[in-house]
Amino acid sequence: MKIEVLGSGCAKCKLLAERAEEAARGLGTEFTLVKVTEYPDIVARGVMSTPGLVVDGVVKSQGHVPTVAAIRELLR
Amino acid sequence: MTLDTNSCGCAGPAPVSGPGFWKSGGWLLAALPAWIALYLGLKPMADWLAFHAFGLQPGSRLGEAVAFFVYDGPKVLMLLGAVVLGVSFVQTFISPERTRDLLAKHTGAWSNLLAAVLGIATPFCSCSAVPLFIGFVRVGVPLGATFSFLVSAPMVNEVALFLLLSLFGWRIALLYTVTGVAVAFVSGWIIGKLRMEKHLEPWVLDIPFEASTATGGPRGFSVRLELALQATKDIVGKVWPYILIGIAVGAFLHGYAPAELLARFMGKSAWWSVPLAVLVGVPLYANAAGIIPIVQVLLAKGAALGTALAFMMAVTGLSLPETVILRKVMRPVLLATFLGIVAVGIVLVGFLFNVLM
Repeated sequence: MKIEVLGSGCAKCKLLAERAEEAARGLGTEFTLVKVTEYPDIVARGVMSTPGLVVDGVVKSQGHVPTVAAIRELLR
Repeated sequence: MTLDTNSCGCAGPAPVSGPGFWKSGGWLLAALPAWIALYLGLKPMADWLAFHAFGLQPGSRLGEAVAFFVYDGPKVLMLLGAVVLGVSFVQTFISPERTRDLLAKHTGAWSNLLAAVLGIATPFCSCSAVPLFIGFVRVGVPLGATFSFLVSAPMVNEVALFLLLSLFGWRIALLYTVTGVAVAFVSGWIIGKLRMEKHLEPWVLDIPFEASTATGGPRGFSVRLELALQATKDIVGKVWPYILIGIAVGAFLHGYAPAELLARFMGKSAWWSVPLAVLVGVPLYANAAGIIPIVQVLLAKGAALGTALAFMMAVTGLSLPETVILRKVMRPVLLATFLGIVAVGIVLVGFLFNVLM
Protein backbone atom coordinates (compact mmCIF):
# COMPACT_ATOMS: atom_id res chain seq x y z
CA MET A 1 0.00 0.00 0.00
CA LYS A 2 1.34 3.39 -0.97
CA ILE A 3 0.20 6.30 1.19
CA GLU A 4 0.90 9.84 0.07
CA VAL A 5 0.35 12.92 2.22
CA LEU A 6 0.00 16.06 0.13
CA GLY A 7 0.77 19.51 1.44
CA SER A 8 3.37 22.24 1.36
CA GLY A 9 4.40 21.57 4.93
CA CYS A 10 2.03 23.45 7.23
CA ALA A 11 1.12 22.07 10.63
CA LYS A 12 -1.99 20.28 9.37
CA CYS A 13 0.01 18.34 6.80
CA LYS A 14 2.45 17.11 9.44
CA LEU A 15 -0.42 16.06 11.65
CA LEU A 16 -2.04 14.16 8.79
CA ALA A 17 1.23 12.31 8.10
CA GLU A 18 1.51 11.29 11.76
CA ARG A 19 -2.04 10.04 11.87
CA ALA A 20 -1.79 8.20 8.58
CA GLU A 21 1.27 6.40 9.85
CA GLU A 22 -0.43 5.46 13.10
CA ALA A 23 -3.52 4.23 11.25
CA ALA A 24 -1.45 2.20 8.79
CA ARG A 25 0.58 0.58 11.57
CA GLY A 26 -2.65 -0.39 13.28
CA LEU A 27 -3.73 -2.28 10.19
CA GLY A 28 -0.59 -4.37 10.17
CA THR A 29 -0.20 -4.38 6.39
CA GLU A 30 2.90 -3.35 4.50
CA PHE A 31 2.95 0.28 3.50
CA THR A 32 5.14 3.12 2.37
CA LEU A 33 4.41 6.69 3.38
CA VAL A 34 5.56 9.58 1.23
CA LYS A 35 5.17 13.29 1.86
CA VAL A 36 4.43 15.17 -1.34
CA THR A 37 5.40 18.79 -0.81
CA GLU A 38 6.05 20.24 -4.27
CA TYR A 39 3.15 22.11 -5.81
CA PRO A 40 3.36 20.51 -9.29
CA ASP A 41 3.24 17.06 -7.70
CA ILE A 42 0.29 17.99 -5.51
CA VAL A 43 -1.65 19.40 -8.43
CA ALA A 44 -0.85 16.40 -10.62
CA ARG A 45 -2.55 14.14 -8.08
CA GLY A 46 -5.80 16.05 -8.35
CA VAL A 47 -5.79 17.77 -4.99
CA MET A 48 -6.71 21.43 -4.62
CA SER A 49 -7.20 21.83 -0.89
CA THR A 50 -4.34 20.62 1.27
CA PRO A 51 -3.71 18.57 3.28
CA GLY A 52 -4.62 15.65 1.06
CA LEU A 53 -4.44 11.90 1.59
CA VAL A 54 -3.85 9.69 -1.44
CA VAL A 55 -3.81 5.92 -1.17
CA ASP A 56 -2.56 3.86 -4.12
CA GLY A 57 -3.27 6.78 -6.42
CA VAL A 58 -6.81 7.45 -5.17
CA VAL A 59 -7.69 10.70 -3.36
CA LYS A 60 -9.16 9.67 -0.02
CA SER A 61 -9.42 12.94 1.84
CA GLN A 62 -8.59 16.59 1.28
CA GLY A 63 -8.92 19.92 3.00
CA HIS A 64 -9.13 18.50 6.52
CA VAL A 65 -7.40 16.10 8.88
CA PRO A 66 -9.51 13.00 9.63
CA THR A 67 -9.18 11.05 12.89
CA VAL A 68 -6.93 8.03 13.09
CA ALA A 69 -10.03 5.81 13.15
CA ALA A 70 -11.41 7.52 10.06
CA ILE A 71 -8.09 7.16 8.25
CA ARG A 72 -8.03 3.46 9.13
CA GLU A 73 -11.40 3.09 7.38
CA LEU A 74 -10.05 5.01 4.37
CA LEU A 75 -7.05 2.69 4.16
CA ARG A 76 -9.04 -0.54 4.15
CA MET B 1 7.56 26.44 3.57
CA THR B 2 7.58 28.23 6.86
CA LEU B 3 5.73 31.25 5.55
CA ASP B 4 2.31 29.87 6.06
CA THR B 5 2.69 28.90 9.68
CA ASN B 6 1.22 32.12 10.93
CA SER B 7 -0.57 33.37 7.90
CA CYS B 8 -3.75 31.41 8.09
CA GLY B 9 -6.15 29.60 10.31
CA CYS B 10 -4.72 26.29 9.22
CA ALA B 11 -1.46 26.86 11.03
CA GLY B 12 -2.47 25.42 14.33
CA PRO B 13 -2.89 21.72 14.84
CA ALA B 14 -6.34 20.58 13.93
CA PRO B 15 -6.74 17.27 15.61
CA VAL B 16 -10.08 15.70 14.99
CA SER B 17 -10.37 13.16 17.68
CA GLY B 18 -12.21 12.29 20.81
CA PRO B 19 -15.94 12.08 21.28
CA GLY B 20 -18.18 10.33 18.82
CA PHE B 21 -21.61 11.41 17.70
CA TRP B 22 -23.58 10.90 20.92
CA LYS B 23 -20.93 12.13 23.21
CA SER B 24 -20.28 15.36 21.33
CA GLY B 25 -23.96 15.75 20.50
CA GLY B 26 -24.86 15.32 24.15
CA TRP B 27 -22.20 17.76 25.16
CA LEU B 28 -23.74 20.36 22.84
CA LEU B 29 -27.25 19.77 24.16
CA ALA B 30 -26.06 20.41 27.69
CA ALA B 31 -23.88 23.33 26.66
CA LEU B 32 -26.59 25.29 24.89
CA PRO B 33 -28.82 26.10 27.92
CA ALA B 34 -25.69 26.79 29.97
CA TRP B 35 -24.44 29.16 27.29
CA ILE B 36 -27.75 31.05 27.18
CA ALA B 37 -28.01 31.28 30.97
CA LEU B 38 -24.45 32.54 31.25
CA TYR B 39 -24.96 35.05 28.45
CA LEU B 40 -28.12 36.46 30.01
CA GLY B 41 -26.39 36.68 33.37
CA LEU B 42 -23.33 38.53 32.09
CA LYS B 43 -24.58 42.05 32.69
CA PRO B 44 -25.66 41.61 36.35
CA MET B 45 -22.51 39.58 37.01
CA ALA B 46 -20.29 42.27 35.49
CA ASP B 47 -21.99 45.01 37.49
CA TRP B 48 -21.71 42.97 40.66
CA LEU B 49 -18.04 42.30 40.00
CA ALA B 50 -17.16 45.93 39.24
CA PHE B 51 -19.29 47.76 41.77
CA HIS B 52 -19.55 45.21 44.56
CA ALA B 53 -16.59 42.86 44.50
CA PHE B 54 -14.11 45.54 43.38
CA GLY B 55 -16.01 48.22 45.28
CA LEU B 56 -15.83 50.76 42.47
CA GLN B 57 -18.20 53.70 42.25
CA PRO B 58 -21.00 53.41 39.66
CA GLY B 59 -20.76 56.41 37.34
CA SER B 60 -17.07 56.96 38.04
CA ARG B 61 -14.63 56.76 35.13
CA LEU B 62 -12.73 53.80 36.48
CA GLY B 63 -15.89 52.01 37.59
CA GLU B 64 -17.55 52.36 34.21
CA ALA B 65 -14.38 51.34 32.35
CA VAL B 66 -14.01 48.18 34.46
CA ALA B 67 -17.71 47.36 34.21
CA PHE B 68 -17.50 47.80 30.44
CA PHE B 69 -14.51 45.46 30.20
CA VAL B 70 -15.81 42.66 32.42
CA TYR B 71 -19.12 42.74 30.53
CA ASP B 72 -17.95 43.25 26.96
CA GLY B 73 -14.94 40.89 27.05
CA PRO B 74 -16.82 37.69 27.95
CA LYS B 75 -19.78 38.76 25.81
CA VAL B 76 -17.73 39.13 22.63
CA LEU B 77 -15.81 35.89 23.28
CA MET B 78 -19.01 33.93 23.91
CA LEU B 79 -20.63 35.29 20.77
CA LEU B 80 -17.48 34.65 18.76
CA GLY B 81 -17.36 31.04 19.94
CA ALA B 82 -21.01 30.43 19.05
CA VAL B 83 -20.74 32.11 15.66
CA VAL B 84 -17.50 30.39 14.66
CA LEU B 85 -18.95 27.02 15.68
CA GLY B 86 -22.03 27.56 13.54
CA VAL B 87 -20.14 28.95 10.57
CA SER B 88 -17.47 26.24 10.72
CA PHE B 89 -20.16 23.59 10.72
CA VAL B 90 -21.84 25.12 7.67
CA GLN B 91 -18.45 25.48 5.98
CA THR B 92 -17.88 21.73 6.08
CA PHE B 93 -20.56 21.61 3.38
CA ILE B 94 -18.82 24.19 1.20
CA SER B 95 -15.67 23.00 -0.49
CA PRO B 96 -13.36 24.99 -2.74
CA GLU B 97 -13.99 22.30 -5.35
CA ARG B 98 -17.69 23.11 -5.47
CA THR B 99 -17.01 26.83 -5.63
CA ARG B 100 -14.59 26.17 -8.46
CA ASP B 101 -17.07 24.06 -10.44
CA LEU B 102 -19.73 26.72 -10.01
CA LEU B 103 -17.38 29.46 -11.19
CA ALA B 104 -16.17 27.46 -14.19
CA LYS B 105 -19.69 27.62 -15.60
CA HIS B 106 -19.69 31.40 -15.78
CA THR B 107 -17.82 34.03 -17.72
CA GLY B 108 -17.52 37.81 -17.84
CA ALA B 109 -18.33 40.24 -15.06
CA TRP B 110 -20.86 37.83 -13.56
CA SER B 111 -18.10 35.31 -12.81
CA ASN B 112 -16.14 38.03 -10.99
CA LEU B 113 -19.10 39.02 -8.85
CA LEU B 114 -19.91 35.40 -8.04
CA ALA B 115 -16.27 34.70 -7.15
CA ALA B 116 -16.10 37.74 -4.87
CA VAL B 117 -19.28 36.72 -3.04
CA LEU B 118 -18.37 33.03 -2.77
CA GLY B 119 -15.00 34.09 -1.39
CA ILE B 120 -16.76 35.22 1.79
CA ALA B 121 -18.08 31.78 2.67
CA THR B 122 -15.63 29.33 1.11
CA PRO B 123 -13.04 28.04 3.54
CA PHE B 124 -9.66 29.30 2.38
CA CYS B 125 -6.19 29.04 3.73
CA SER B 126 -3.22 30.75 2.17
CA CYS B 127 -1.11 27.59 2.38
CA SER B 128 -3.47 26.12 -0.24
CA ALA B 129 -3.32 29.23 -2.42
CA VAL B 130 -1.11 27.72 -5.14
CA PRO B 131 -2.92 24.40 -5.68
CA LEU B 132 -6.18 26.32 -5.51
CA PHE B 133 -5.05 28.88 -8.05
CA ILE B 134 -3.94 26.17 -10.50
CA GLY B 135 -7.06 24.12 -9.86
CA PHE B 136 -9.27 27.10 -10.65
CA VAL B 137 -7.41 28.18 -13.79
CA ARG B 138 -7.00 24.69 -15.21
CA VAL B 139 -10.66 23.70 -15.06
CA GLY B 140 -11.64 26.87 -16.85
CA VAL B 141 -12.47 29.42 -14.19
CA PRO B 142 -11.64 32.77 -15.88
CA LEU B 143 -8.35 34.24 -14.62
CA GLY B 144 -10.14 37.40 -13.53
CA ALA B 145 -12.65 35.44 -11.45
CA THR B 146 -9.81 33.49 -9.83
CA PHE B 147 -8.31 36.79 -8.73
CA SER B 148 -11.63 38.07 -7.46
CA PHE B 149 -11.77 34.97 -5.27
CA LEU B 150 -8.18 35.35 -4.08
CA VAL B 151 -8.84 38.94 -2.98
CA SER B 152 -12.18 38.36 -1.33
CA ALA B 153 -11.45 35.09 0.51
CA PRO B 154 -8.92 36.38 3.07
CA MET B 155 -10.26 39.93 3.25
CA VAL B 156 -13.95 39.34 3.84
CA ASN B 157 -14.62 36.38 6.07
CA GLU B 158 -16.97 35.40 8.84
CA VAL B 159 -14.62 36.23 11.69
CA ALA B 160 -13.93 39.71 10.33
CA LEU B 161 -17.62 40.36 9.81
CA PHE B 162 -18.55 39.15 13.23
CA LEU B 163 -15.90 41.20 15.01
CA LEU B 164 -16.77 44.36 13.08
CA LEU B 165 -20.40 43.75 13.89
CA SER B 166 -19.89 43.27 17.61
CA LEU B 167 -17.32 46.02 18.10
CA PHE B 168 -18.39 48.71 15.63
CA GLY B 169 -22.00 47.91 14.79
CA TRP B 170 -23.79 46.67 11.70
CA ARG B 171 -23.22 49.78 9.63
CA ILE B 172 -19.44 49.47 9.54
CA ALA B 173 -19.65 45.67 9.16
CA LEU B 174 -21.92 46.08 6.15
CA LEU B 175 -19.79 48.84 4.63
CA TYR B 176 -16.67 46.73 4.99
CA THR B 177 -18.34 43.69 3.40
CA VAL B 178 -19.87 45.53 0.49
CA THR B 179 -16.76 47.52 -0.36
CA GLY B 180 -14.47 44.51 0.20
CA VAL B 181 -16.54 42.48 -2.25
CA ALA B 182 -16.56 45.47 -4.62
CA VAL B 183 -12.76 45.77 -4.56
CA ALA B 184 -12.44 42.01 -5.22
CA PHE B 185 -15.04 42.16 -7.98
CA VAL B 186 -13.60 45.16 -9.82
CA SER B 187 -9.92 44.29 -9.50
CA GLY B 188 -10.55 40.74 -10.76
CA TRP B 189 -12.64 42.11 -13.60
CA ILE B 190 -9.88 44.50 -14.70
CA ILE B 191 -7.26 41.74 -14.57
CA GLY B 192 -9.56 39.61 -16.72
CA LYS B 193 -9.92 42.44 -19.23
CA LEU B 194 -6.15 42.88 -19.41
CA ARG B 195 -5.84 39.29 -20.71
CA MET B 196 -2.77 38.46 -18.68
CA GLU B 197 -2.81 34.68 -19.11
CA LYS B 198 0.58 34.86 -20.84
CA HIS B 199 2.08 36.23 -17.64
CA LEU B 200 1.39 33.07 -15.70
CA GLU B 201 4.41 30.90 -15.03
CA PRO B 202 4.35 28.40 -17.93
CA TRP B 203 4.28 25.34 -15.67
CA VAL B 204 0.87 26.38 -14.37
CA LEU B 205 -0.69 25.56 -17.71
CA ASP B 206 1.73 22.84 -18.82
CA ILE B 207 2.06 20.41 -15.97
CA PRO B 208 0.02 17.24 -15.91
CA PHE B 209 -3.15 18.07 -14.13
CA GLU B 210 -6.07 16.17 -12.82
CA ALA B 211 -9.22 18.02 -11.87
CA SER B 212 -9.90 17.11 -8.28
CA THR B 213 -13.42 16.29 -7.36
CA ALA B 214 -15.23 17.27 -4.21
CA THR B 215 -14.70 13.75 -2.88
CA GLY B 216 -12.62 13.30 0.21
CA GLY B 217 -14.30 16.10 2.10
CA PRO B 218 -15.77 15.55 5.53
CA ARG B 219 -18.84 13.35 5.68
CA GLY B 220 -21.42 12.67 8.35
CA PHE B 221 -22.76 14.77 11.20
CA SER B 222 -20.27 13.63 13.82
CA VAL B 223 -17.26 14.32 11.61
CA ARG B 224 -18.59 17.76 10.68
CA LEU B 225 -19.31 18.62 14.29
CA GLU B 226 -15.86 17.54 15.39
CA LEU B 227 -14.25 19.60 12.65
CA ALA B 228 -16.38 22.60 13.63
CA LEU B 229 -15.49 22.21 17.31
CA GLN B 230 -11.84 21.96 16.44
CA ALA B 231 -11.97 25.02 14.20
CA THR B 232 -13.69 26.94 17.00
CA LYS B 233 -11.02 25.91 19.47
CA ASP B 234 -8.30 26.91 17.02
CA ILE B 235 -9.76 30.28 16.09
CA VAL B 236 -10.97 31.39 19.50
CA GLY B 237 -7.80 30.04 21.09
CA LYS B 238 -5.75 32.15 18.74
CA VAL B 239 -7.67 35.41 18.73
CA TRP B 240 -8.90 35.84 22.31
CA PRO B 241 -5.87 37.81 23.53
CA TYR B 242 -6.26 40.29 20.64
CA ILE B 243 -9.92 40.72 21.33
CA LEU B 244 -9.42 41.27 25.05
CA ILE B 245 -6.64 43.78 24.37
CA GLY B 246 -8.90 45.56 21.91
CA ILE B 247 -11.74 45.73 24.38
CA ALA B 248 -9.43 46.80 27.20
CA VAL B 249 -8.16 49.65 25.06
CA GLY B 250 -11.73 50.51 24.14
CA ALA B 251 -12.75 50.47 27.80
CA PHE B 252 -9.81 52.66 28.74
CA LEU B 253 -10.53 55.14 25.97
CA HIS B 254 -14.11 55.30 27.23
CA GLY B 255 -13.17 58.10 29.52
CA TYR B 256 -9.45 58.70 29.60
CA ALA B 257 -7.48 59.26 26.41
CA PRO B 258 -7.61 62.41 24.31
CA ALA B 259 -9.61 61.47 21.24
CA GLU B 260 -7.83 63.84 18.89
CA LEU B 261 -4.38 62.31 19.05
CA LEU B 262 -4.37 60.89 15.54
CA ALA B 263 -6.77 63.33 13.98
CA ARG B 264 -4.03 65.43 12.44
CA PHE B 265 -2.31 62.51 10.75
CA MET B 266 -5.17 60.17 10.03
CA GLY B 267 -8.16 62.47 10.05
CA LYS B 268 -10.26 63.43 7.06
CA SER B 269 -8.29 66.58 6.33
CA ALA B 270 -5.06 64.66 5.68
CA TRP B 271 -5.91 63.18 2.27
CA TRP B 272 -2.54 61.47 1.94
CA SER B 273 -3.22 59.39 5.02
CA VAL B 274 -5.26 56.87 2.99
CA PRO B 275 -2.54 55.91 0.48
CA LEU B 276 -0.05 55.96 3.33
CA ALA B 277 -2.18 53.60 5.42
CA VAL B 278 -2.42 51.20 2.46
CA LEU B 279 1.30 51.44 1.77
CA VAL B 280 2.05 50.58 5.37
CA GLY B 281 -0.63 47.89 5.47
CA VAL B 282 0.26 45.87 2.36
CA PRO B 283 3.53 44.31 3.55
CA LEU B 284 2.12 43.67 7.02
CA TYR B 285 0.24 40.52 7.65
CA ALA B 286 -2.32 39.85 10.29
CA ASN B 287 -5.64 38.14 10.16
CA ALA B 288 -8.82 40.06 10.77
CA ALA B 289 -8.90 39.27 14.46
CA GLY B 290 -5.42 40.63 14.99
CA ILE B 291 -6.00 43.86 13.13
CA ILE B 292 -9.41 44.86 14.46
CA PRO B 293 -8.19 45.94 17.92
CA ILE B 294 -5.70 48.21 16.17
CA VAL B 295 -8.46 49.63 14.01
CA GLN B 296 -10.43 50.24 17.18
CA VAL B 297 -7.58 52.27 18.62
CA LEU B 298 -7.12 54.23 15.39
CA LEU B 299 -10.80 55.12 15.23
CA ALA B 300 -11.01 56.03 18.90
CA LYS B 301 -8.04 58.33 18.61
CA GLY B 302 -9.43 60.34 15.76
CA ALA B 303 -8.50 58.47 12.58
CA ALA B 304 -11.05 58.82 9.80
CA LEU B 305 -13.20 55.75 9.12
CA GLY B 306 -12.06 55.42 5.50
CA THR B 307 -8.41 55.53 6.51
CA ALA B 308 -8.90 52.88 9.20
CA LEU B 309 -10.90 50.53 6.94
CA ALA B 310 -8.40 50.93 4.10
CA PHE B 311 -5.64 49.99 6.52
CA MET B 312 -7.55 46.89 7.60
CA MET B 313 -8.25 45.82 4.02
CA ALA B 314 -4.62 46.30 3.02
CA VAL B 315 -3.36 44.22 5.94
CA THR B 316 -5.80 41.33 5.52
CA GLY B 317 -6.20 41.31 1.73
CA LEU B 318 -2.62 41.70 0.60
CA SER B 319 0.45 40.45 2.33
CA LEU B 320 4.12 39.75 1.78
CA PRO B 321 3.91 36.00 2.55
CA GLU B 322 1.04 35.53 0.12
CA THR B 323 2.90 37.53 -2.53
CA VAL B 324 5.91 35.25 -2.16
CA ILE B 325 3.69 32.18 -2.47
CA LEU B 326 1.86 33.55 -5.52
CA ARG B 327 5.14 34.41 -7.23
CA LYS B 328 5.47 30.67 -7.89
CA VAL B 329 2.53 30.76 -10.28
CA MET B 330 2.69 34.23 -11.79
CA ARG B 331 5.38 36.36 -13.36
CA PRO B 332 6.38 39.67 -11.81
CA VAL B 333 4.31 41.71 -14.28
CA LEU B 334 1.10 39.94 -13.33
CA LEU B 335 1.95 39.96 -9.64
CA ALA B 336 2.67 43.68 -9.71
CA THR B 337 -0.50 44.38 -11.69
CA PHE B 338 -2.51 42.38 -9.18
CA LEU B 339 -1.00 44.15 -6.16
CA GLY B 340 -1.28 47.55 -7.84
CA ILE B 341 -4.92 47.22 -8.84
CA VAL B 342 -6.05 45.91 -5.48
CA ALA B 343 -4.07 48.58 -3.61
CA VAL B 344 -5.55 51.34 -5.76
CA GLY B 345 -9.02 49.87 -5.21
CA ILE B 346 -8.52 49.93 -1.44
CA VAL B 347 -7.27 53.52 -1.56
CA LEU B 348 -10.38 54.55 -3.52
CA VAL B 349 -12.60 52.86 -0.92
CA GLY B 350 -10.79 54.79 1.80
CA PHE B 351 -11.32 58.10 0.00
CA LEU B 352 -14.96 57.27 -0.64
CA PHE B 353 -15.66 56.71 3.05
CA ASN B 354 -13.77 59.77 4.12
CA VAL B 355 -15.82 61.88 1.73
CA LEU B 356 -19.17 60.25 2.51
CA MET B 357 -19.06 59.83 6.27
